[in-house]
Amino acid sequence: MLSRTAANLYWLSRSMERAECLARILDATNRLTSLPQTGGEITNEWESAIATAACADAFRINYEQANEQTVTEFLAFSPYNPSSIRNCLETARQNARAVRTALTVEMWDAINGAWHELKSFEGKRLSRDDFSRFLTFVKQASLAYDGSAYRTMLRNDGYWFSRLGILIERADATARILDVKYHVLLPKKEPVGGQVDYFQWASILRSVSALTSYYWVYKESVKPWLVADLLILNHQMPRSLASCYENLSRYLDDLAQFYGRQGNSQRLARTMLTKLSNTSMEEIFQKGLHEFIQSFIAENNGLGNAITEQYLT
Amino acid sequence: MAVAFDEMRAANGQVRTAYLVLSDWLKRVPPDVLDYRRREAETIFRRMGITFAVYGETDATERLIPFDIIPRILTAKEWAFLARGLTQRVKALNAYIHDVYTKREILRAGKVPEDLVYQNPVFRPEMNGKPVPHNSYLQIAGIDVVRTGEDQFYVLEDNTRVPSGVSYMLENREIMLRLFPELFARHAVAPVENYTDDLLATLKSVAPLNAPGDPTVVLLTPGIFNSAYFEHSFLADKMGVELVEGRDLFVKSNVVYMRTTEGPKRVDVIYRRVDDDFLDPLFFRPDSVLGVPGLMSAYHAGQVTIANAVGTGVADDKAVYSYMPEIIKFYLGEEPILSNVPTWRCREPEHLKEVLARLPELVVKEVHGSGGYGMLVGPAADKKTIELFRAKLMREPEGFIAQPTLSLSTCPTFVKNGVAPRHVDLRPFVLNGRDRVRIMPGGLTRVALNEGSLVVNSSQGGGTKDTWVLDR
Repeated sequence: MLSRTAANLYWLSRSMERAECLARILDATNRLTSLPQTGGEITNEWESAIATAACADAFRINYEQANEQTVTEFLAFSPYNPSSIRNCLETARQNARAVRTALTVEMWDAINGAWHELKSFEGKRLSRDDFSRFLTFVKQASLAYDGSAYRTMLRNDGYWFSRLGILIERADATARILDVKYHVLLPKKEPVGGQVDYFQWASILRSVSALTSYYWVYKESVKPWLVADLLILNHQMPRSLASCYENLSRYLDDLAQFYGRQGNSQRLARTMLTKLSNTSMEEIFQKGLHEFIQSFIAENNGLGNAITEQYLT
Repeated sequence: MAVAFDEMRAANGQVRTAYLVLSDWLKRVPPDVLDYRRREAETIFRRMGITFAVYGETDATERLIPFDIIPRILTAKEWAFLARGLTQRVKALNAYIHDVYTKREILRAGKVPEDLVYQNPVFRPEMNGKPVPHNSYLQIAGIDVVRTGEDQFYVLEDNTRVPSGVSYMLENREIMLRLFPELFARHAVAPVENYTDDLLATLKSVAPLNAPGDPTVVLLTPGIFNSAYFEHSFLADKMGVELVEGRDLFVKSNVVYMRTTEGPKRVDVIYRRVDDDFLDPLFFRPDSVLGVPGLMSAYHAGQVTIANAVGTGVADDKAVYSYMPEIIKFYLGEEPILSNVPTWRCREPEHLKEVLARLPELVVKEVHGSGGYGMLVGPAADKKTIELFRAKLMREPEGFIAQPTLSLSTCPTFVKNGVAPRHVDLRPFVLNGRDRVRIMPGGLTRVALNEGSLVVNSSQGGGTKDTWVLDR
């Protein structure tokens, strides 16, 4: 297929996934700020939302202070933030229009419908309730897109490229969410953080829809290192780095088989998958979680570039 | 103006044979059923995304071309006549374009004035003496035809650059088959569905000689912001070829490649829906980002076919049109089968004088105009507009031609107050391959929905109809 078509499918899926991640980050932040603050600690959850979304620099150019109003505006609706939810949905629709015939009717309806509904939220002052409805709408739009692609697309290269976009973006988001709190992630023997930490960790799990899964897997109260284990190494957890790479590697292998030729991206994905399968949380903590995540984000980007170079240009 | 020829009802009130079944059906079907079907058609059009963008509208409104659910019917005999005339016309047009860029015999014979070629802004000196595969220049033509009586058909204009509208012909049929299966059961309507097969066969037939047995065809579009983008993606999809933009192609050692997920793939035939000016920034407009740098060099090296060829615009302006009878005789040695509308060339002082004297009864058109813009319909214009045109004509006579106001035929059309006659024209699509000429029976019928109006362009209140050619 045309490289541009593949690129559009890939970026369309990345944008939809990114919109959902942002909605989840904002949802978690909203929830945190509505909790009673104990211990007189001053926390700025809105700062951390910006850091998690990886757009602190762009934010500083446009605003002085991170608070509910500025962060919400910047992450959700700002036309100046290339990765705002609004711009993600806009980009997704543009990509979709450019490859309209490569999409199924259901996929197009999901994207086009989301883009039209977005307008009913834009340009007005939203109450907390309205905003929460907005976040629900964004998550549902992404689910509808993902689900319609899963259920209606031919299983060929077009499908695989759209999956690769989702998975690269999802791995990046999971890693970033974890990294924001790395400084409180301590090995078992160290003293655990206070009440606030607990809520923060629970909220991280909630933001990736994993709180219930956590209890199913670990059957104990929320512990930072177990949260890290769930989101990094647990293959059963669909947003974990291990699960993302299991699937990335699979779809890249499908492509290689389909085209009868493999390259750098297959090698990179396989290397990362092996690394994630053969390591333990103890090893990760020994080397430093922050360092581990930073290098993961860089390598994940590297895979994105390799896919672009090998197929999309 | 005389009462127009109605294609359903002859002057004596009798229903013409081709329309007997339809007329009977129209009499019995309740108006609310027609209205219901009309709305159903609109819903289907929207769902399929058959919309067109209107230049200048910034909002993302995507508009529908109004569709009339009453078909226009031609008999097998009428069509056979038209098809013969269209085939003749397209062959002559191709021969003319070839001559203009090579030996220029027709200019030397004095049949067409030289400045019509050399002063023509769409004449491409870059094509002088350059070979094109199989001497085939014009593969896809849209020849606009109007009717004024039982046997009177006229060619109104020849579209030889990048004629559009064929997707409407195909979709109109698709919708009619869904809405009125019972009508099709009672008529033997010649199918048009295989147009895209014919188009692909035509394009493959003109591939360069050194292309492989199954040449790679692509459709080059300016992109999603072009008003005809829907048609581009529709045709590419139905032919099963890639819909490419300029940036998807590149040229290396005079060979054109497209960028695919499996690496560069060689391209043999480009069905371009991009104007000459934008094809190659190294040859034409340097600011064009729609084109492919180096494409013209590959073309001149005979490594790729561009369809239609570069420079075919020399055959589609309205001044050249007026010489078509001479052009047909010159190259084919035949009398033209289809008539031209008598045309005054305002560039000739004698003609200009007559035009100025009879302005209120004539239609005046810009030589390079299209889409119904910049046109004067004398009988429908007020005094001020007429005087405005008089001034324009005296200032720049070579920019205009004039024709008598034709009384276009009418067809029954479903409008607000029920079924009423409205003026129509016809754009058949002619495919001119190396092997043979292929014409889908029918074409796109455009209808002026406003009562009395003669302007059928979609940008100015025109709609479309399905066109039926009866097999027997």
